This record gives sequence, C-alpha cells and structure tokens, in this order.
Amino acid sequence: MIPAQFDYLAPTSVADAVAALAEHGDEAKVLAGGQSLLPILRMRLNAPGVVIDLGRIPELQGISEDGDHLVIGAMTTYAAVLASESVGAHAALLSKAVATVADPQIRHRGTVGGALVHADPAGDVGAPALALGAELVIAGADGSTRTVAAEDFFEDLFTTAVGEGELLTQIRIPKHTGWGAHYEKFVRVSHQWSIVGVAATVRSEGGSIAEARVGLTNMGSTPLRARSVEEALVGQPATDEAVRAAVASVAEGTNPPSDLNGDADYRKHLATVLTRRAVLAAAGA
Amino acid sequence: MTRIKVTVDGVSYSDEVEPRTLLVQYLREGLGKTGTVVGCDTSNCGACTVHLDGTSVKSCNVLAVQADGHEVTTIEGLAENGELHPVQQAFHECHALQCGYCTPGMIMQACDVLKNNPDPSEQEIREGLEGNLCRCTGYHNIVKAVQQAAGAMSPAGSASSQAVSS
Repeated sequence: MIPAQFDYLAPTSVADAVAALAEHGDEAKVLAGGQSLLPILRMRLNAPGVVIDLGRIPELQGISEDGDHLVIGAMTTYAAVLASESVGAHAALLSKAVATVADPQIRHRGTVGGALVHADPAGDVGAPALALGAELVIAGADGSTRTVAAEDFFEDLFTTAVGEGELLTQIRIPKHTGWGAHYEKFVRVSHQWSIVGVAATVRSEGGSIAEARVGLTNMGSTPLRARSVEEALVGQPATDEAVRAAVASVAEGTNPPSDLNGDADYRKHLATVLTRRAVLAAAGA
Repeated sequence: MTRIKVTVDGVSYSDEVEPRTLLVQYLREGLGKTGTVVGCDTSNCGACTVHLDGTSVKSCNVLAVQADGHEVTTIEGLAENGELHPVQQAFHECHALQCGYCTPGMIMQACDVLKNNPDPSEQEIREGLEGNLCRCTGYHNIVKAVQQAAGAMSPAGSASSQAVSS
C-alpha cells in the first residue's frame, strides 16, 4: 500500500521546523528516520495532512562530547551510534541496545531521537536512555528549549513529554566511562520487536558491583527503570548466586502486556531471567 | 508535486513526484527499474533493498522525496561492462536462489555486508542478512555465495581470477 496524500516540508533549521509545526498543528507529523512512521502511513494507520521531514537539518545530526556528557543529535542514525567510538567508550549500553534494533537496513535510516519520541514500549532505545539517566533537550516556539530527564520523558504508550509544537533536538547522556554493559533482548525471530529486553550497565570494583543501572523494555506502557534491583546489586559479588538473589524482585510492580508472544506472567518470568543474564554479562562474569 | 533530482545507477534524473511516492515505486514505475522488487510492503522482507549514498536501505521505507539530491544504486546498476558483479556471479555459481524473488535485495545487502566487512564469518554473514527473508533456500547457499564472493573480491582472489582469465 502507499500512504494517503500529504504535503511535504523539508525545513533546514530547527527554528524553521518548529515554525512549521506551529503553523500546521495537529495536521502535521514529524518524519525522522521514517522506519516506524512510513509503515504506519503505508498501512493508513495515520494520515497526516503535512509531513515535516527533519532529514535536511544538519544541527540535528551527529555525536559530540560536552564535558562529562555525550551529546547525540536527535537525527543521529543507529548506524552512526554503532560506528561511534565515543558512544562505545562512554555509553556502551546504548551501543549494545542499538545493535539489536531491527536489521542493518533499518539501522542505516532509523534515528535515536525518532525512536525515543515514537516511544514504542517494545523499542530498544528507551530502556538504556532511562538506565543511563539521559536528558532530553526539547525545542519549542521562539527559540526556547527545555531539558527533561528520561524518567519524566516517557508518559504512556507512544506518548512523551514532547508537547504540541515541540521537537526533540538532543539526547544528553552522562558519561559512564569504564562501565560494563549488556542488552539482553528476547525475541522469537530475528529482527523483531523485543518481547522483553533488559538493559544493564555496571561499574565493577575488585570483582564486586559498585554501581548498577537497569532498564526494562516492554514490561509496561513505558520503558521502566528497576531502581530497587539497582540498589540490591550494590556491593554484591558478580556471581550467579548473588545476582540471582538481587534481581529476583525485578518484575514486581511492572505491568507487562499479554499478547500472542506471551502473557504477562511469562514476561515477568522472562524479566528476572534476562536481568540476571544482563547484569552478569555487564559485570563481565 | 515536488521536483526531485536523483542519480540512479549512474544516470541523473529530474522528476515531479507526489510526496507520498515511495522510493521503490519511483524506481519501478517512474524509471522502469523493475529489477528492484516489492516483497512484503511492510519493511520486513528486504527484497526492495537498494543503496542510498552507498548504504543499504529498504526502498519501500524511504520516500522518493527523501532521496532528492542523493545517489541510488539498484541491482540493475551492479554489473559493469556486461560483467556480473562478483556477488551476482557467486549467487549464480552457488545456486543461491530458487524462485529468485528475494535475490535483488539479498545481493544488494550482501554487497553492503562485504563493504563493511570484506572477510565475514558465517555468523556475520547471517546476521548481516537478517533483514532479508528467503522462503525457498533455507539460506545455506546464500551464505556460501557471500563467502565465495568475499574470496573473489579479496586482493588474492581478484589476482587469481585475473591469472585464470589471462
């Protein structure tokens, strides 16, 4: 199928993109990498009057370092993240998660910012963003910007703090230099959405876990951060037994979906198994 | 309608397109490049894979207007001077196809895999082709073909094939 008719705008600056959003309001949809939006348009699940393509805005592209933060432009592709030594060194968890997204062709086009704003709970970028304590920079009218913590960013299924007339421009990630990382994704077939995914990053000291961050994919209507597990892991040796005990309660308070891939209880079971694997791998055990 | 300028298989085109036109539609219906096929129409199968500025994309998942000012290579642009590209030759020799529908996309993605990794392991080939579905072969001969092409494209491989042909 082909999409319904729409008007196409390709602004070349954030200011012009925000102005276009202000002008067209509800009529407009923002096109980032398009790897989720174009299938939605083709299946006619959405039929915007105007599509605003961010692909011609250089300031939204690229990865840089700003003191103790990594700064990733919202239109940076998954492939660029994977190729970035600086992401590998300072936010390895993001690289590991991004490597599991869909397939190489999709990773050439799909963008980190697009995925975050699309906010599919089965998407693989939200959990590492949460676990790494990312900050999301959002541009609004008249050149204004605001910064939202990842924990306040994901509001519900496909819903984020990016309001009407606003645009996500940057992802700022506190450097986690030297932290081990692993993204454990459970799927039935290759290049699919996570049934459950667990993002874990660990700072080890002398064979035990000094700090840990854990994010969960597809265990509720938004990505989740498992703070009680993070606390329980502190000071534990990186052994199967100790980690198994520390992560046993990871599914408590989660509300995963039930669907053809598995019911909620199965997902809760998976979350405990995958968290153990992810933490052990992140700790290098 | 929006005017786009695109270079496809080395030839420059300038055309008016509806913004909703998918790149694959433009290639097939606009330019008659029917070598690139539509398989699933859901961005799963990879049959429509082409190169956009040298990297592989699913052309059912890109708008023609997004390709404005860029360069596209399709399966029809791989052969040079009537000589099959080494990946095409290897697919032929290894019988890496049965019905052949996935083949254009499979070959384009295999080229992308080899560009990034000239000497891939079997596992790396399988992972590199994970976005391309084949419902006939079970992938076995496809992987063999990519391995053979990797050998043929390596400096040693091209030296020996020159020796044979001379």
